[in-house]
Amino acid sequence: MSSGGIKPAETFAVAAHETLNNSQMRRNLGRATMTIREKRLKAVAELSNWEEIRTQGAAIKDEAMAHLSEHLLTLEESVKRAGGQVHWARDAAEAREIVAKIALAHQVKEVIKVKSITTDEIELNGGLEAHGIHAIETDLAELIVQLAEDRPSHILVPAIHRNRAEIRDLFRKKLGVKDLTDEPKELANAARTFLREKFLHVKVAVSGANFAIAESGTVCIVESEGNGRMCLTLPDVLISLMGIEKVLPRWEDTAAFLQLLPRSSTAERMNPYTSFWSGVREGDGPQEFHLVLLDNGRTDVLADEVGRQSLRCIRCSACLNVCPVYERAGGHAYGSVYPGPIGAILTPQLLGMHDANANTLPFASTLCGACYDACPVKINIPEVLIYLRGKSRVGKGADLESIAMKTMAWFMTDAARFGLGLKLARVGQGPFVKDGVIHRMPGMLSGWTDARDMPAVPKQSFREWWKHREIQR
Amino acid sequence: MKIDLFITCLNDALFPRTGEATVRLLERLGHEVRFNPAQTCCGQMHLNTGYRSEAIEIMRHFIDVFESSEVVVAPSGSCVAMIRDLYPRAAEWAGDHELQERAVALGKKVFELTEFLVNHLGIEDVGAYYPHRVTYHPTCHAARVLRVGDAPLKLLRKVRGLTLVELPLADQCCGFGGTFSIKNPETSTAMLSDKIQNILSTRSEACTAGDNSCLMHIGGGLSRLQSGTRPVHLAEILASTEDEVFA
Repeated sequence: MSSGGIKPAETFAVAAHETLNNSQMRRNLGRATMTIREKRLKAVAELSNWEEIRTQGAAIKDEAMAHLSEHLLTLEESVKRAGGQVHWARDAAEAREIVAKIALAHQVKEVIKVKSITTDEIELNGGLEAHGIHAIETDLAELIVQLAEDRPSHILVPAIHRNRAEIRDLFRKKLGVKDLTDEPKELANAARTFLREKFLHVKVAVSGANFAIAESGTVCIVESEGNGRMCLTLPDVLISLMGIEKVLPRWEDTAAFLQLLPRSSTAERMNPYTSFWSGVREGDGPQEFHLVLLDNGRTDVLADEVGRQSLRCIRCSACLNVCPVYERAGGHAYGSVYPGPIGAILTPQLLGMHDANANTLPFASTLCGACYDACPVKINIPEVLIYLRGKSRVGKGADLESIAMKTMAWFMTDAARFGLGLKLARVGQGPFVKDGVIHRMPGMLSGWTDARDMPAVPKQSFREWWKHREIQR
Repeated sequence: MKIDLFITCLNDALFPRTGEATVRLLERLGHEVRFNPAQTCCGQMHLNTGYRSEAIEIMRHFIDVFESSEVVVAPSGSCVAMIRDLYPRAAEWAGDHELQERAVALGKKVFELTEFLVNHLGIEDVGAYYPHRVTYHPTCHAARVLRVGDAPLKLLRKVRGLTLVELPLADQCCGFGGTFSIKNPETSTAMLSDKIQNILSTRSEACTAGDNSCLMHIGGGLSRLQSGTRPVHLAEILASTEDEVFA
């Protein structure tokens, strides 16, 4: 199975066909998202100025993005001043090579990793493997996914689709721990024993970044387990990969996000581990620090006036947890390391709206708006979805759908034609109507009647009723 | 008040009883209802399916028809949300600032039926009588775009004879989503099956909502399952009296 990346192998509908029928996953996901949803609402309700902080967060990100190139240059300067090195990667392949080259220079066979979706975006593990370097995931859930040769299905909780019993079996097999039960404490201990040994011996660590502060060259990672802290402090060399949109101009900007992120993601007032580091310091922590700045389609997203709000995302995953489509279809249906509502707008844009499978993602939403309500940086996801649906049609030739839609538009822009259309529909439906109901519709409409009836067009439309009433008066 | 009715294309074609009920209700409350037969559709389906230029054409037609109205009322949260929220966006995307201004101005006088009654007119008791056990599904666009809040529930609580049963997980989408239900029918069905499970758990005779689009979806499932629970638009409940039953 793919280790990540953002290119879906299938359309959403095809991928979802498989995942919808996974009853274990449906149950795991339904329970997990419901729990997180309720907890998040409580955590958010504690702050009377939540809406203000959301607005502030969105404004900081918009301002940072408006002067992105300046902030990135300042960041580069600050990191270098603090003793770090900065690398620029145009795309995934360049980023993979930069990381591999640094690791190879230190002649290592293994690197340890802090949970990072950006490294999954560039398929770093596979890239390093090609150079004979094995990357070990140290986030518990990422480790589970890696050991199972599975793919993450959630931004924050990559193994959300797995339950305890499945994890027990996996650890028994892959970590060689016999007599393991499915008690969370035992499972965590098994992983801890395996990981501690790695923390103490592996010389190179790779991380992502939640934020990077331009004025001081400080990188920030927030996490729950402390395994990230181990990776960030114990090895000799630290390589951090970040999307260029993660830069914040000032230290004080982190205040808003350190409130928004934990409450939106894990429903905590503060996350257990918050690590900040600026370059290197003699005798303390890694003695070599590399910051890799990744574009991989982001500047193209930035160039789009409507789509660019997607880059405000702080990867909290609140939109996934409230999304009714995500809850049923699961993360794997999106075919990208960015699933759920944010993935449905981010993935196709990062691929330049050129990937046919990714372009089905903006349609994988009922536009119910739950994601927009939950988003801590006020990304109007429904608006962007609708906008991208339009964008995905650009340059597309005529097909059955477009002919049908254009014909309907012709009927709908003139009342006489509209009235005629109603009459035609009434006649045309004839063969399909049974007792005032349609049980089977043809062609692309058949998906509807596979599970639902359709009301028949009645003998009199509203406008006919009105006309009749006016005459009688 | 002179109220222009925007019936919506779906109601016009498939649910004329909802239109009749809306007319009867507003007239009973002492208003003059007008129906401009030049109206057609708001263009939501086209915009939401990616047909932007076609949507703009339909939108232009809508604005031409209703621009001079004093107030426009529609028995659909979704269509009103399209007009109020998405018309200005669509015009902006098309770079048409004049159209955008016209859309913003018109959006201020277009109302969904229940928000119009409760929030605009300040009425909760419309004198309705409906002696049935009913559960209410808040439709997504009315709830999250228009923020109608509990306006529909306030109206329902004042209906004589009606037993209102709370719907579990009411705020969850039913899975319709317009062409979503055509393009992703299986995911849509998965959402619908949960919604139906919750509706049936209330043991209601009828499930009501302010949108016939969502009700067509929910009702399509209820009918296929021979569930014995029927979909009823809110307007039809509010228009019903001892003398005249709408649904």
